[in-house]
Amino acid sequence: MKTDLRLLPAGDSGIVAEFGNTIDPLVNDQVQALADAIHSTGLSGIRELIPSFRSLLILYDPGILSYQKLTETLKQLSSSLSCGVQKEKRIHLIPCCYGSHFGPDLSDMEKATGLSREEIIAIHSGVDYRIYMLGFLPGFVYLGGLDKRIEMPRLSTPRVKIPQGAVGIGGSQTGVYPLDSPGGWRLIGGTPVDFYDPNRPEPVLCKAGEYIRFVPISSCDYYDIRQQQAKGLYQPEIRTETEAV
Amino acid sequence: MAVKVIQPGALTTVQDLGRFGYQESGMQPCGVMDQRSYAIANTLVGNQNGEAALELSLFGGSYQFDAPCILALTGADMAPSLNRKPCPMNRAVRIKSGDVLTFGFAKSGCRTYLAVSGGIDVPPVMGSRSTNLKCRIGGFFGRALKAGDVLPVGRDDSGFEELKELWYSQPEYPDHVTLRVVEGPQADYFTSSGLDTFYSEAYTVTQESDRMGCRLDGPAITICHGSDIISDGIVFGSIQITSAGRPIILMADRQTTGGYAKIGTVCTADLPVIAQCQPGAVIHFKKISVEEAQKLLQTSRTI
Repeated sequence: MKTDLRLLPAGDSGIVAEFGNTIDPLVNDQVQALADAIHSTGLSGIRELIPSFRSLLILYDPGILSYQKLTETLKQLSSSLSCGVQKEKRIHLIPCCYGSHFGPDLSDMEKATGLSREEIIAIHSGVDYRIYMLGFLPGFVYLGGLDKRIEMPRLSTPRVKIPQGAVGIGGSQTGVYPLDSPGGWRLIGGTPVDFYDPNRPEPVLCKAGEYIRFVPISSCDYYDIRQQQAKGLYQPEIRTETEAV
Repeated sequence: MAVKVIQPGALTTVQDLGRFGYQESGMQPCGVMDQRSYAIANTLVGNQNGEAALELSLFGGSYQFDAPCILALTGADMAPSLNRKPCPMNRAVRIKSGDVLTFGFAKSGCRTYLAVSGGIDVPPVMGSRSTNLKCRIGGFFGRALKAGDVLPVGRDDSGFEELKELWYSQPEYPDHVTLRVVEGPQADYFTSSGLDTFYSEAYTVTQESDRMGCRLDGPAITICHGSDIISDGIVFGSIQITSAGRPIILMADRQTTGGYAKIGTVCTADLPVIAQCQPGAVIHFKKISVEEAQKLLQTSRTI
């Protein structure tokens, strides 16, 4: 597959492999594919990879891996990336209680969009959102695929504290707050699922390249799941589907 | 075996090299700001590099020990005293039960490292003892120290005799510094006059600087099409330019990704320099190549 790869230095211990300047699933596929390719080479001297919408930041130890060697390896790997081939799509099914005190902005959304609350919920929960990247906070997912009909500008004055698990819409993005945090997104619901828990063996629930589907639940279900999760008895379902190319 | 906080100082946290392996999940690495001073402090007390130490900022506070151990202080000189007598820095000091260690304000530099034999023995979270203030994890209950906190110390004073001859000289922390930077990854977002401004003008460290970022004030750096980029990865030392044209150098508590264009990256060898700059310090930037930056890093590693 042809790529428009640019390799840009991020200091003496980092290189940015940039595949484009758009938020586009095909560009992000290449980012993920390069991350996978680097992992599978087992190249020594690689410290960490930070994937983002359209680039991969490769953190390396220059004492082990020279800039030149890494650059050559990245060019080589990028020329034969296995994206575009059929692959499995991992979808996290995330229960979400829409409205009530979880979604204080849902009524404003109704006014602004001209849609009923049921329509907004059906639209929001009817899409598999691609996880382009994680950032801002541990477990904070940047999702793509929000339906244009329910796009909504951010609040003009951000809230001082948005509770952990809040599901919101900010412009053309939707997502979940993994921790209590200030924020300006419109809140439409809440998930009982912890996207981040430092005491779990896998502290963060999902990875870039996977998908999220919100499943509407009642507030009773919300509190049931919270209780089960606190006892370590709850795991959100993951569905695997084959991605159409 | 423990150290008790009598007065915590301006911002005292437990730190180690940082929490790595989770940046792809959005987890800030944290860790010490001045890795060089921290490494020396651990060496002086006979620790492996990576044991947790205390990082004291600007004003150090006071601490009491309830058992013998080995102590070393490095970094900013906060006029430390042990039982009201001057306490030497940059060498191992034998601590007796009941000793009281007191600090004043940093005369020069910004952060002091207090290492003890065996390290500050708090439980690791996600592989690190670093305090992450934003997520409230790691270190001592995920927060800055308060009066009355009692921190476990890893080991007693055994081995002091072998360590007592070792010493390092106190680094100077001038109030005018030149930071060497590798240009990019978004240098092409800036006009040529913007780049000229960046490399020729002086920038001042502002009061708003913290463990997350060192915010600078000075002549605006002009950008071609706005400073917003599609968010991408950040490293320790990334220099973002805000929409107002002012630089922010991202430090230990940086976010993993960000949406401002990055004009360059401070070379790793110069990170301890910026980590020790007090508000008011004046900064110049000098461009170097990746290869030069890596040579400097190689040299600075041999402490």
